Amino acid sequence: MQIRGVLIEDTFAEAFTMRVARILITGATPRWTMAAALKLTGFATSVIGCKVEAAVERELPPSETPDGRAGVAVLLMTMSKDDLAKRLVERVGQTVLTCPTTACFDGLPEAPDRVGVGSVLRFFGDGFQSSKLLGGERFWRIPVMEGEFLIQEKFGVQKAVGGGNFLILARTAEAALASAEAAVDAMTGRPGVIMPFPGGVVRSGSKVGSRKSKTMIASTNDAFCPTLRAVTETALPADVNSVLEIVINGVDAPAIAGAMRAGIAAACREGVVAISAGNYGGKLGPHHFYLRQIMAEEQPQ
Amino acid sequence: MSALCLTLREPPARRVDLSPLTADHLAGKTPAQVAALPLRSGNRTVRVDELFSLSGASITEIEIRNACDRLDRIGEGMTHGRILVQGAAGGYLGARMAGGVIEVQGDAGAYAATGMSGGLIRVSGAVGDFLGAAIPGDQRGMRGGTVLVAGDAGDRVGDRMRRGLVLIEGRAGDYCASRMLAGTIAVWGPVGRFPGMAMKRGTLLLRQPPALLPTFTDSGRQSLGFLSLLVRSWRTLPGRFATIADSQAQVQRYMGDLANDGRGEILVWPWGN
Repeated sequence: MQIRGVLIEDTFAEAFTMRVARILITGATPRWTMAAALKLTGFATSVIGCKVEAAVERELPPSETPDGRAGVAVLLMTMSKDDLAKRLVERVGQTVLTCPTTACFDGLPEAPDRVGVGSVLRFFGDGFQSSKLLGGERFWRIPVMEGEFLIQEKFGVQKAVGGGNFLILARTAEAALASAEAAVDAMTGRPGVIMPFPGGVVRSGSKVGSRKSKTMIASTNDAFCPTLRAVTETALPADVNSVLEIVINGVDAPAIAGAMRAGIAAACREGVVAISAGNYGGKLGPHHFYLRQIMAEEQPQ
Repeated sequence: MSALCLTLREPPARRVDLSPLTADHLAGKTPAQVAALPLRSGNRTVRVDELFSLSGASITEIEIRNACDRLDRIGEGMTHGRILVQGAAGGYLGARMAGGVIEVQGDAGAYAATGMSGGLIRVSGAVGDFLGAAIPGDQRGMRGGTVLVAGDAGDRVGDRMRRGLVLIEGRAGDYCASRMLAGTIAVWGPVGRFPGMAMKRGTLLLRQPPALLPTFTDSGRQSLGFLSLLVRSWRTLPGRFATIADSQAQVQRYMGDLANDGRGEILVWPWGN
């Protein structure tokens, strides 16, 4: 299969089951809403080193937020529900509670599990906190120097999929970067997906384990490193000199597949040789996203 | 199935306890069995059909027509169903109610919604004293649910109220929110003397500044985020409170009663101005 002259390799992305929470942050102005969201999602690219994977999902108009202020939706993912509860308390407590004008609400009201966040952070109120039960949901009013911080007591947690990906194999580093930027732009703002790495792009794709160190659980994906072509069993065609990866986490597999379709379609442009994907032979992750199958569902014009 | 209609033949000589006439108590009963149900009236017992003429068969939809203020305990303890009262209701309307809807097209007596834990009570007229309050001997008053009063309310609204929502479109009497433990009371019109006396926690939301007790202190003008959620939660309710525009308006906040822990609040918010 080719799209605009770019080969879509006959391979698949292998992804894992994670747990996700959607945090809605509202604020007086977009400046402060985004300030809280960016801090909340800082240092959250991979569970390997950051314990959580997170990013802004999309901006929300006032009509989509509980308090009628403009806001943002953030997705945070971990490998377990208990872990997610801890990360939410840590991160919301340090980044949203502290941010002027913001309030914090659950964005997964239908999720099967609920974890306490406001119910823990309320203790910051040192006994001066109060709550309101509205529509069956409890909201905590935590007094702070600015006024009051409002946060929902519990947040929904549900199963999600992490690690959807595709690789952009390009002739030059400039072409790979332009392609990756186009792909990220095409996927940004889609409901239900995030790209947790910087700018949505990974330059340091990894393989499991290490050739040299037993303590390393991941190391550079030498098969896709163009500079190692001469000394490793390369997976790169001869004219490929730079590879970038887009990692996509989503609330479910269809959300990831839809984002991959849009992203790959945008990535197929001048200077790109092929689109590939990272997998572990299908042995580790239960979710497999076959590139050709995804792209066959809706061929770009 | 048409609603079960109970039309009062004439005002009873003594007060009547109508608590047996709820969907919970009438479940599985035939119209004839309903007609034969005993009702306490003063120191004697009367059959339902001695007081009311009956029609219809639905036990989840009950209409009480020609009602008067001697009909006490309408909807007491109900968990589901709907009761429509055409005329006045007596005391203890919806006492210990846990679910369902009671609509009164007239006035209601004292201790309406006492011990209520869920459901909706709507009164188109005025209500007596102790709306949502604890009856003597109870530790707590209303513990949940929503009460809408289109007219005025008497004294001691929400006395010892623990949770829930009371919206009064008219005026409220003296000691509104007295000894309140938690929950929300909003009053569109003026309130009487001593609002929030011995209030421990909870919110009394007023449109007009009250004469405050000296044990309430000014906590400044605040923009409180929960108010947006609060007024939005009223949008589906009937009545004037559903028309309040969502806003980040600043409200004047008074905390008290400092004679009793002082974590309650009286918020003055001239909405609609």
